[in-house]
Amino acid sequence: MSLSPELSRITEEPYYQPTGDEVALFEASYARRLPVLLKGPTGCGKTRFVEYMAWRLARPLVTVACHDDLTTADLVGRYLIVGNETVWVDGPLTAAVRAGAICYLDEIVEARKDTIVVIHPLADSRRVLAVDKRGEMVIAPDSFMLVVSYNPGYQSVLKEIKPSTRQRFVAFDFDYPEAAVEAGIVSREGGVDAETARRLVKLGELTRNLKGAGLDEGASTRLLVHAAQLIAAGIAPQAACIAAVARALCDDADMNGTLDDLVAAVF
Amino acid sequence: MISSPPSSNARRLFGEELETRLDEVLFASHSHRSATDIALGLEALTRSQQERVLHWAAVAAGTYAEIGYQIAAFAPKAFPLLDDAGFDAWVLAGLDAYDRHGGRAAMDLLRDLEGFCAGRDGLRPLARLSEIEARLTRFIHGLSGRPLALAAGAAAWTDTETIYLPTEQESQPEAGANRRLYKVQAVILWAQTRFGSFGSTAVDLGQALAHWLDTEDQGRCLRWLSALESVRLEARIAFELPGLGAEIAAVRGPWPAALAALLPRLYQPQATLADTLALLPLCLLDGKDAPRLPHAVAIDPAAALRVRALRIERDMKTVSRAISALEASAGSAGRPEQAEQRMAAPAADDASQLALEGEALALPPEARKAALSLVQDLGEVPPECLVPADPGPWQPTHLDSAGKRGGEDLVGHREADHRYDEWDYRRRAYRKNWCHLFESDVAPGDPAYVSGVKLRHAGLIKQIRKRFEMLRGEDRMLGRQPDGEEVDLDAVVDAIADRRGGLEPSPRLFSRRVRNQRSLAAMFMIDMSGSTKGWVNEAERESLVMLCEAIESLGDAYAIYGFSGWTRTRSDIYRIKRFEEAYDDAVRARIAAVEAKDYTRMGVAIRHLTRLLLREPARHRLLVTLSDGRPDDFGDEYRGHYGIEDTRRALQEAHEQGVKSYCITIDRHGADYLAHMYGAARFTVLDDVKKLPLKIADIYRRLSS
Ligand SMILES: Nc1ncnc2c1ncn2[C@@H]1O[C@H](COP(=O)(O)OP(=O)(O)OP(=O)(O)O)[C@@H](O)[C@H]1O
Ligand SMILES: [Mg+2]
Repeated sequence: MSLSPELSRITEEPYYQPTGDEVALFEASYARRLPVLLKGPTGCGKTRFVEYMAWRLARPLVTVACHDDLTTADLVGRYLIVGNETVWVDGPLTAAVRAGAICYLDEIVEARKDTIVVIHPLADSRRVLAVDKRGEMVIAPDSFMLVVSYNPGYQSVLKEIKPSTRQRFVAFDFDYPEAAVEAGIVSREGGVDAETARRLVKLGELTRNLKGAGLDEGASTRLLVHAAQLIAAGIAPQAACIAAVARALCDDADMNGTLDDLVAAVF
Repeated sequence: MISSPPSSNARRLFGEELETRLDEVLFASHSHRSATDIALGLEALTRSQQERVLHWAAVAAGTYAEIGYQIAAFAPKAFPLLDDAGFDAWVLAGLDAYDRHGGRAAMDLLRDLEGFCAGRDGLRPLARLSEIEARLTRFIHGLSGRPLALAAGAAAWTDTETIYLPTEQESQPEAGANRRLYKVQAVILWAQTRFGSFGSTAVDLGQALAHWLDTEDQGRCLRWLSALESVRLEARIAFELPGLGAEIAAVRGPWPAALAALLPRLYQPQATLADTLALLPLCLLDGKDAPRLPHAVAIDPAAALRVRALRIERDMKTVSRAISALEASAGSAGRPEQAEQRMAAPAADDASQLALEGEALALPPEARKAALSLVQDLGEVPPECLVPADPGPWQPTHLDSAGKRGGEDLVGHREADHRYDEWDYRRRAYRKNWCHLFESDVAPGDPAYVSGVKLRHAGLIKQIRKRFEMLRGEDRMLGRQPDGEEVDLDAVVDAIADRRGGLEPSPRLFSRRVRNQRSLAAMFMIDMSGSTKGWVNEAERESLVMLCEAIESLGDAYAIYGFSGWTRTRSDIYRIKRFEEAYDDAVRARIAAVEAKDYTRMGVAIRHLTRLLLREPARHRLLVTLSDGRPDDFGDEYRGHYGIEDTRRALQEAHEQGVKSYCITIDRHGADYLAHMYGAARFTVLDDVKKLPLKIADIYRRLSS
């Protein structure tokens, strides 16, 4: 007997604003059954993009957030004992393969290398998943797709993807969109007018100038959206930006002073 | 001391917590004295005030424990009277009194709070550049697409790469207003470089002014030019950065009548230098001098144009080299029509997209920066850039640097310990055995130095240790072990399932707690070049103490070497701590003696230390370089592009051999060559060297976890 987790479909179109040819590239990869690697800084729309593509291709989406305690069994599945019987339960990866879903492994660098190797045969021309426990090879249907993401900006030398993993994927570079497009996203997602959105994006730009000069990362689109949402909820723009952007970016007192100055320059 | 004070709304500390912290901070002194009363007194302060007191008490205790006590004891009385800056000034005055006149004088001064406050109120409303320089530099860096340095000068002006500001400012009635004045002037000067005050392809400033320069009207002409530009730039700033625009307007006050009349034409976000130049002759016509704005800045077109011309030349070379490389790799090199194409450069305010004939150009980052810089200087990327650059055949320099300039003499008779190749970017080849490397121990220095630093930073070291021990103590449960302290439920379930299914169940049914094996070897490469003399060297030595304390509690393998050099025939590597050495008195004495020596030939040092690192049996190898700026060497080509390219190459080689590098640069001006030079390596720029000891342990933690 075996159980497979229920997979749900995205029924409503998620809002996603394309910033380049990523939609066409993704569709081509899907058609050619190639796995995809999304690279980019935090909060630039990777997760949203995958949700959108799952909706567009009408596939169920299975998302796994990777962490360093993730085991192969967590991905593939395990036996449980129910009453007097042993029952096999598919892990999210196996379930996604069987259902021909899109499986999205978020922040793949966080997973241990020995866990990640189970995806290797899935991510090359074999397209199979070995379920050792059951002595089963699950062959991926054409509609199955593997998508992984990571943020190359992290500084730890211990967190990098092995070349043998990396070289199985078609890689897309994500970055913060250009000013006008980003303003559109902030305005729509945050519910603020175009002028406020323009200023928020300006603030984002200024903080990104400081990347590597005191900040590890500039403000992400996500942070700008957060600030917009606070503003839309009635918080004064300066206070909203300080809470949602400046304080969220760093703890250093001097740098916070500078970020406050930048907020004050924009609003 | 605290590396990152909690925000002001963090929870206050209670008496007992305060007492523990105070004991940590003052532990070196009279242990018989209780901090209970003092702690109770501090309970009423806000958290950030509490942290401030603890910080200063620790700093003061490093000098003289009694002062630390006094500060903490008087703080509850001081805070209603003084703001944060005032409190800092009070403490510093006390420490200063101690340095000059001893303990008594310091106590007297600290006790006489009223007297101090009275004296302070009567202070001049002076603002000093040194007080705001770091913050202003970061602010301008945030605003600008292009790094601008800040420096002290006789007047407020810019040569387009450095903003000069007077060391003191007192024209406004209070110190706060004078600090704002600094900011507004710096912003106007930034805007001069950002929004084309020195011309564009379309407008030649030098030519436009030629008529007045070198006449007796020159001064008046430049004052008018600066005033008109202030109007134009303010409109532009107010459009892009409304908050900043309002701040400028507040400092400026009402427009003088002579400028008010020009607002309709000049106070427009889309106005350009051409508008200013059209109005300039009219203003000069009747012999009147320009109205004086409160935030007036000076303008020196000759100096600025000189610097700008050099930069344009450099940027154009960079761009055209990158474009010819792109064309070559696209297989279309040499197509004649290529040279005719124009690069469509968007308006200067949105230069993020560069396109060639409508196709987006994927320029490498440094060329993209150069292109954006050109757009700022010229309003476009000039079409000449698209003519493939002549790579310039390699010309052997007639002056062999080392030989002719006495470098060889320095070597004496000693044979080099090692020789290393060096990368010559012009030849695109290595110069074989080019660098002679000498390795020696740092001669031991003051044996008490390290304990002094440890005393001074006792609180911080304690914190660092705690945090690092946590890292090391990150035990993990290893499942499916043949024995262990707990039953592994997953394994048991599997085993039962296997048995039911007729399979042989595994006997590995337990989980065991094991210490995480980090298997990391770290090599620290410390800049001992002449430019580190003073503060940088001081900070480096303190940082080494912090590092050792931190890594010792982690248990990673680590080594520390210093580097310096004097031409290619004399590159020195100084041993401070070898991998196999313990952190003992000998090492501590060597840390104390790290000093500023000669020049910075980085490539060879990286190659040598990489080689040493590769001998270490570890899964991960990390090379951390600490330097204070550009590679540089005496009297040869290493100073310029060559040194940057060689350093880049050496880091690349390290990368290819599996060594991860991280470069820490102390450079207040956050120079733009860094990203290129560090290429394969990760890096960080510290603008304030004094922070290095506070941050180094954190940097290492981030790198290795
Ligand atoms: N192109 C886009 N279209 C629509 N919304 C976007 C876009 N880019 C960013 N966003 C907004 O930014 C937010 C963050 O994006 P998302 O969660 O996809 O980031 P991410 O790249 O997955 O980040 P992380 O790496 O931290 O997981 C989204 O919730 C959305 O509001
Ligand atoms: Mg995500």
